[in-house]
Amino acid sequence: MKKKSLYLQIGIIVVALIALFFMNIYMDNYKIKILNLSAIYVVLALGMNLINGFTGLFSLGHAGFMAVGAYTVALLTMPLETKTMNFYMKPMVPFLLNLNMPFIFALLAGGIMAAIFGFLIGAPVLKLTDDYLAIATLGFSEIIRIIIINIQSVTNGSLGLKGIPQLTTGNMSEKLSWLIKIPIRTNLLWAWGIAILTMVFMKVLMNGSYGKAFKAIREDEIAARSMGINLFKHKVMSFTIGSFLAGIGGGLLAVHLGTIDPALFKFALTFNILLIVVLGGMGNINGTAISAVIITVAMEVLRFLDEPLKLGFTTTRALPGLRMVVFSLALMIIVIFKREGFVKSTLEKVRGKYAKN
Amino acid sequence: MNMSIQEFLQHMTNGISLGSLYALIAIGYTMVYGILRLINFAHGDIFMLGVYITFYGIGFTPIPWYIIFLLAPILTGLLGLLLEKLAYKPLRESPRITILISAIGASFLLQNLGILVFGGRPKAFPTPAVLGRILNIGGVSVATVNFIIPIVTIILLFGLNFFILKTKTGMAMRALSKDYEAASLMGININGIISITFFIGSLLAAMGGIMWGVKYPQIIPHMGVMPGLKCFIAAVIGGIGNITGAVLGGFILGLGEILLIAFLPSLTGYRDAFAFILLIIILLVRPTGLMGEKIAEKV
Repeated sequence: MKKKSLYLQIGIIVVALIALFFMNIYMDNYKIKILNLSAIYVVLALGMNLINGFTGLFSLGHAGFMAVGAYTVALLTMPLETKTMNFYMKPMVPFLLNLNMPFIFALLAGGIMAAIFGFLIGAPVLKLTDDYLAIATLGFSEIIRIIIINIQSVTNGSLGLKGIPQLTTGNMSEKLSWLIKIPIRTNLLWAWGIAILTMVFMKVLMNGSYGKAFKAIREDEIAARSMGINLFKHKVMSFTIGSFLAGIGGGLLAVHLGTIDPALFKFALTFNILLIVVLGGMGNINGTAISAVIITVAMEVLRFLDEPLKLGFTTTRALPGLRMVVFSLALMIIVIFKREGFVKSTLEKVRGKYAKN
Repeated sequence: MNMSIQEFLQHMTNGISLGSLYALIAIGYTMVYGILRLINFAHGDIFMLGVYITFYGIGFTPIPWYIIFLLAPILTGLLGLLLEKLAYKPLRESPRITILISAIGASFLLQNLGILVFGGRPKAFPTPAVLGRILNIGGVSVATVNFIIPIVTIILLFGLNFFILKTKTGMAMRALSKDYEAASLMGININGIISITFFIGSLLAAMGGIMWGVKYPQIIPHMGVMPGLKCFIAAVIGGIGNITGAVLGGFILGLGEILLIAFLPSLTGYRDAFAFILLIIILLVRPTGLMGEKIAEKV
């Protein structure tokens, strides 16, 4: 039985990869951008779900760790000319000016930097519980943002960084030109590759002894402690891994957007990810991935609301902000009326209908 | 550090008036937390609504400003009550994270509604001429409003103290925050008390908001976010659930912020970080806040 489901999962991944390969070729840029963003949100939401959903630590500091990852990746991949062009207000520190590495190492460095921050912040803060932990992590995330604004010679301050090199598959399209005539453009496989890798990693982690310890801590701290689980070690570990994923997601986001500035990493970003986690179901890996895609696509689909609307005979004037109002309203209604994770309950309903086993 | 005594006094008045505003807003957080154990994330946005109601009241109705200054907080209080009924009451029995998410969602909803209805561009708050005048007392020049803010705050605090300590409703409120379940068994009308709590908290936030508008006359729909977070921090510093603590925390935060910039101008950029750093230090050293009671872990 177990083996069967393993094969099934491998099969799904292979099909998904093949589908992505063809989507990458035939879809237009706009759709690819949205799909990319969904993949990034999958990584981010899984990181947050590990901390909040699986371990039961209520952390609101995701945006701060994302900022660390995003800035690390941006500074490590930007070529010298772009850097000098960006830093016209205050010159950059010479050490960073010439530092440059390939994307994959930069991304790893971003994740590791975020993990280091997560460890340093988590070690003292994780003694707190519930609301206090939430506020303390939110505070740290704001402090990271304020520091980024203020160390202008490293991060270019509130001006942000522009012209972060976009990912391409490089000269692969030339090598493959005998097979496909259309060039491979953007980084769909990159983003989704990492998203799938994260999902697999999470599944393995949660099925192992560490995952079981995390869940035990979530269910009952005192019971977990009396079973011999080292609370502090596991909490810090979960927090550090979650921060690592936040850093990776932040780095991918930086590359995806091409420009980053401190205003991007405000609390609103954490809120977006938290909503994905909550709607997908706390402690549910598949649900998180599905809700990440749904929310990202919904955010784009609802974009028409900000433009002038045609209602029958009349056309209203453009209403900037309507989209976010509709979005937050829809989410509040879901939170109030569907308490136990929207996607999870829907999934169960579908399963109950078609596969009665 | 060279600072004349006049300059120092000027900074002090500025800090005290900012601290009074923080104190007024922090009370709303602490009262709600005391009873429902909920961080009312939308409190900062209720504060913003209070400012905008006053703005439109003065700008678009013939009613004189001092009456608006009294009416707007009452209206805001009713909005706060409505918020509780719509966003928090249906979730009272659900896990705390759900209700917290509802609170954060309400905050975002109010902000975006603000952008939609009021427009995203900054507006100038119509300061009555009397309050905008600059007074000069022995070389210390201070805007009138900086004098009035602490006075109004002290009056409001005395009123609140009287209400909580001397009236039946106040007693019910205290009982509810001591032991929610026992209080409900004693026949206290829980929903009524919670409504009153939200009404008073929002009313005080709007009072603070109006004075905030007079002091810093540029208003935008996002203006509630930072003061909201900082005042929550003030409430935590003082010991959440404790009204005197919230006032103390507000003053510590307001004075500390102003004096930090006054004495160390090079740290101006870190002004907003001050509150968060103070919060983390307090949480690590004394997690229950300065005036909070220690609660033993139940096994």
